[in-house]
Amino acid sequence: MFKLTEDRKVKGTPLAKVVMQTIADVMDTDEKVVMLEADLGSASSSNIVEKAHPERYVQCGIAEADMVGIAAGLSVKGFKPFIHTFGPFATRRVYDQLYLSGAYAHNTINVYGSDPGFTVGPNGGTHTTWEDVALMRAMPTAVVTDAADAVQLEWIVREFAKMEGIHYVRANRKDVRNVYAPGSTFELGKGNVLTEGKDVLIITAGQLVSDALDAAEQLEAEGISTEVIDMFTIKPIDKELILSEVKGKKAVVAFENHSIIGGLGSAVAEVLAENCIAVPFKRHGCMDQFGQVGTPDWLQKEFKLTAADLIETVKGLLK
Amino acid sequence: MDKVELKKLELLAAKIRLDVMELLYHRGYGHLGGSLSLVELMAVLYGKCLHVDPADPQMDDRDMVVLSKGHAGPVWYSALAERGYFPKEWLMTLNDGGTNLPSHPDRTKTPGVDMTTGSLGQGTSAAVGIALGQKMKGQNRYTYLIVGDGELNEGQCWEAFQFIAGKKLNNCIVFIDENKRQLDGYTKDILYPFDYVAKMEAFGFHTQKVKGDDIEAIAAAIEKAQANKDSANCIVLDTIKGQGIKYFEELVSNHSVKFNNEANIKAAEEAIANLKEFIAKEEA
Repeated sequence: MFKLTEDRKVKGTPLAKVVMQTIADVMDTDEKVVMLEADLGSASSSNIVEKAHPERYVQCGIAEADMVGIAAGLSVKGFKPFIHTFGPFATRRVYDQLYLSGAYAHNTINVYGSDPGFTVGPNGGTHTTWEDVALMRAMPTAVVTDAADAVQLEWIVREFAKMEGIHYVRANRKDVRNVYAPGSTFELGKGNVLTEGKDVLIITAGQLVSDALDAAEQLEAEGISTEVIDMFTIKPIDKELILSEVKGKKAVVAFENHSIIGGLGSAVAEVLAENCIAVPFKRHGCMDQFGQVGTPDWLQKEFKLTAADLIETVKGLLK
Repeated sequence: MDKVELKKLELLAAKIRLDVMELLYHRGYGHLGGSLSLVELMAVLYGKCLHVDPADPQMDDRDMVVLSKGHAGPVWYSALAERGYFPKEWLMTLNDGGTNLPSHPDRTKTPGVDMTTGSLGQGTSAAVGIALGQKMKGQNRYTYLIVGDGELNEGQCWEAFQFIAGKKLNNCIVFIDENKRQLDGYTKDILYPFDYVAKMEAFGFHTQKVKGDDIEAIAAAIEKAQANKDSANCIVLDTIKGQGIKYFEELVSNHSVKFNNEANIKAAEEAIANLKEFIAKEEA
């Protein structure tokens, strides 16, 4: 069961620290969990894990493909590896390793791809991923998630540590605004209805959940009743929830920090189309562009992923 | 090695080579050259070195083999069948729909296959993880990693080698099957390989080079590698693609062979007959 936070302006613990502290904690009681790093220990805070459990921390150097393969080999020996690198390297760069040595070989690898989409900030276009969800969705058996805040991210990491298979979570490394109250629990594959509404349905995930809630508040103030779903599990997508919540809506928007090709918007579109749902619908995300450099705030505006941009999309659909 | 053991391993090698020829001939095509170059190594591993139990292929405390040059699946399957992991009849099902023996090894389908390979280079890193896992579990076991010389075109191999050597992962023994040819021709013409021994030594491996058809030399090199605890270990096998059957050694394009012409069919049938005769004589 989840509960929303009381103050959405407050930020939680930096997300990279959340991931690494949670992994270190899980390792206290589960000797099968191991952590692999590709020379980003200071950037990802995985040095927390190194300090707590040096015997199960594997520094692979700047060799991401090797890191994924080593993780696969550790899985063969019964371990449950977590790996981290920046989102594009955690998916695009090592796709064949994750696909074959990982998924196809029935191995377990938990992947934290950091700084997705506009959150890349000063690392810029070379370090930007707008396509990680599309890639990971196309990998048979993979579970794909986008964490909304620190509370949800900790829950996801703990859940991954119990499972077998390929699991992907994308999240900023820095602190983000709280969505959920501490102690909230979730269910993989089940979306969360955060606000009820009868006119508009916004389906979103990750850091943009906060912006979608901002937009919904403003739309409500203008008399547009808006429902927001946090679809933190993008694969498997919660079809039943989409089909039940779309009923009676005048417009549906999928709002994502990802390309409109292959991500959450595509997943929602597939559900709507295959169930003959005719409703004004828009995928609101990165419009098939490359990333670029700038502050995260500037990039969010540049790629039109702010609450104001979302409101414009909603109003456009309602016209 | 005493004479009795050598005879035993020579007989096993002949049986593995016969199995490879029979299953590929039955199938009508397949990766012949790179399978035959590994026959003697497989005989030494499965006839002498490996701590495994075919009746309990998942026994946790076991040695593992990673055949990173996955296209040589037929020679691995033949060795596994001879060691009793599954009935020899399975060999004739290679590449059939639903088979347990796909062209490239699949750990989810074949007893005794510990890692899925086929996308070249990837087995090297997996072997690192397995060897690390053995150490983390406190198991005094080996991971035998077999890579092809053509496969060494792949950069991932060198990432894995740097890890193995740099961390002195001495329970991961690397074999390079230097059969000097790859799909499109000679390795020296495709991407000049330089000197594997010098390269591996530069990385920090204790490196030995032995004739890849010399059972005694292979076994001795493995013993030497096991005794060396100060660094990582590599054994370069000086082999011939198509090893042990003169016609196929000399066949220009022998990476994948089709048995669709008279000369190839005749050579295969002769090789099968000769191997059968040798085995019958030895067993008598």
